[in-house]
Amino acid sequence: MFLEINPLVLPDIGLVFWNTVAFLGLLVVLGKFAWKPMLKAISDREKGIEDSLAKADKMKADLTAMQNENETLLAKAREERATLIKEAKEASEKMIAEAKDKAKSEYERIVADAQVAINQQKNAALTEVKNQVGSLVVEVAEKVLRRELANKAEQETYIKQLADGVKLN
Amino acid sequence: MVLQRLKPLLIVSFVSIFLLNTVTLFANEKAAAANEEGSFNVTQTILEHIKDDHSWHVWGHTTISLPVILYTPAGFEVFSSAKLVDEHHEPVVYKGKFDYKLVEGKTKIVNAAGEVDAAASKKLWDFSITKNVASLFISVIILLLLVLTAAGAYKKTGINSAPKGLQSFMEPIVLFVRDEIALPNIGAKRHAKYMPFLLTIFFLILTNNFLGLIPIFPGGANVSGNIAFTMTLAVCVFIVVNLSSNKNYWEHIFWMPGMHWSMKLFLAPIELIGVFNKPISLMIRLFANITAGHILVLSLVCLIFIFKTVYAAAVAVPFVIFIFLIELLVAFLQAYIFTMLTAMYIGMASEEAHHDHH
Repeated sequence: MFLEINPLVLPDIGLVFWNTVAFLGLLVVLGKFAWKPMLKAISDREKGIEDSLAKADKMKADLTAMQNENETLLAKAREERATLIKEAKEASEKMIAEAKDKAKSEYERIVADAQVAINQQKNAALTEVKNQVGSLVVEVAEKVLRRELANKAEQETYIKQLADGVKLN
Repeated sequence: MVLQRLKPLLIVSFVSIFLLNTVTLFANEKAAAANEEGSFNVTQTILEHIKDDHSWHVWGHTTISLPVILYTPAGFEVFSSAKLVDEHHEPVVYKGKFDYKLVEGKTKIVNAAGEVDAAASKKLWDFSITKNVASLFISVIILLLLVLTAAGAYKKTGINSAPKGLQSFMEPIVLFVRDEIALPNIGAKRHAKYMPFLLTIFFLILTNNFLGLIPIFPGGANVSGNIAFTMTLAVCVFIVVNLSSNKNYWEHIFWMPGMHWSMKLFLAPIELIGVFNKPISLMIRLFANITAGHILVLSLVCLIFIFKTVYAAAVAVPFVIFIFLIELLVAFLQAYIFTMLTAMYIGMASEEAHHDHH
């Protein structure tokens, strides 16, 4: 047989036996204490890196979303401020206008009141004057009566003249 | 690609034919050659370097004796390999429970006359710690130290830090086996179960390939170029592949779906041969590639001794360096190919049925 002729291709039972022992021993020892922990650590690390990358991506997305939100909020705030300022301006203008109106109306009222008072006083003064004139007339009439009651017609004319003279305005 | 894979096979077959012819020639002319003192036999030198040995020649006259462990019909027997050779490294008879003698590097039982007792030798089981076994143990120790240290780093630093030192040397290789070998061939769902097996095979072959390339003591043995080593691994692969096979795989072997019944009958034996052919091809590929590399380097070095002039080194040494560099690549490549094909066979055997017609 060919195996018997060539010493190179004739396997020795010794090496076969020891190699089996060595290989199986290596397989068990390295498998249990080296390959499995190593592969586990490597895959754990890979998973960790993957997770971290995913987390970083998510955080980036979150940050962008937050920035967008901030910008929207800022824009909204700016708008609100503008509205507020506008409203305040309007309110103040309105208040000023109202105050002006009020002042004007007050002024007019005061003026009107004053006129009314003036008129009243004037009327009162006039009334007094009239009253005084009346009493004067009565006095004059008395005097006239006392002096001269003969001439009745002449007297009446005279009284008329007096009365007309007293009439004011 | 096919030619590339065949190349080392061709080299090794040509070289073995050449060696075998010279071995027979050498045997015929042994008497004549023996008279020629100090003559240099290339074939013998190369074969001695490639073959397994009971002692480990380190340098010059320094040789490490290794334990010889024999299982005989009379029970176990353990003694030093130094007892099998005399001070000139020539085989001598050692008298234990039987009479043992080294014949062409193998332990045989001899009779009282010093002739090999073939019938008794057949019952002799040699479990010796040979040069290859010792080298294999060294590679196992190196692997244990390297891998366990690297794995310990994960416990110490946790998974939050980047790999450091030895860990950063091992991790890319482990990831390479996972991402380039296991994942594409077995699939994401089942690959984790086979990772320890594939990694152990890959690193064991790689370490032994590299150790074999080191010309001095801790290296130099030709473990991964030994048929016993590759056979053991191939048998392990065969067992694992068949254990992970499913109904779909066997259906494709014995009763190929979508074929005419006559084709099914025709294909079944071919596919059945394929079941055994796959691990056998693994066994021969690794053995042939590594042995071919060793033979090439040794042949080039032997040029110096063949031409009997030191100037031959001017040609031989650059070539040796060149081949060594290629062997470095081959050492990695063969470990990769062996593991890749193993993963492929496992993937094929455990593939789920897909219901499309062929």
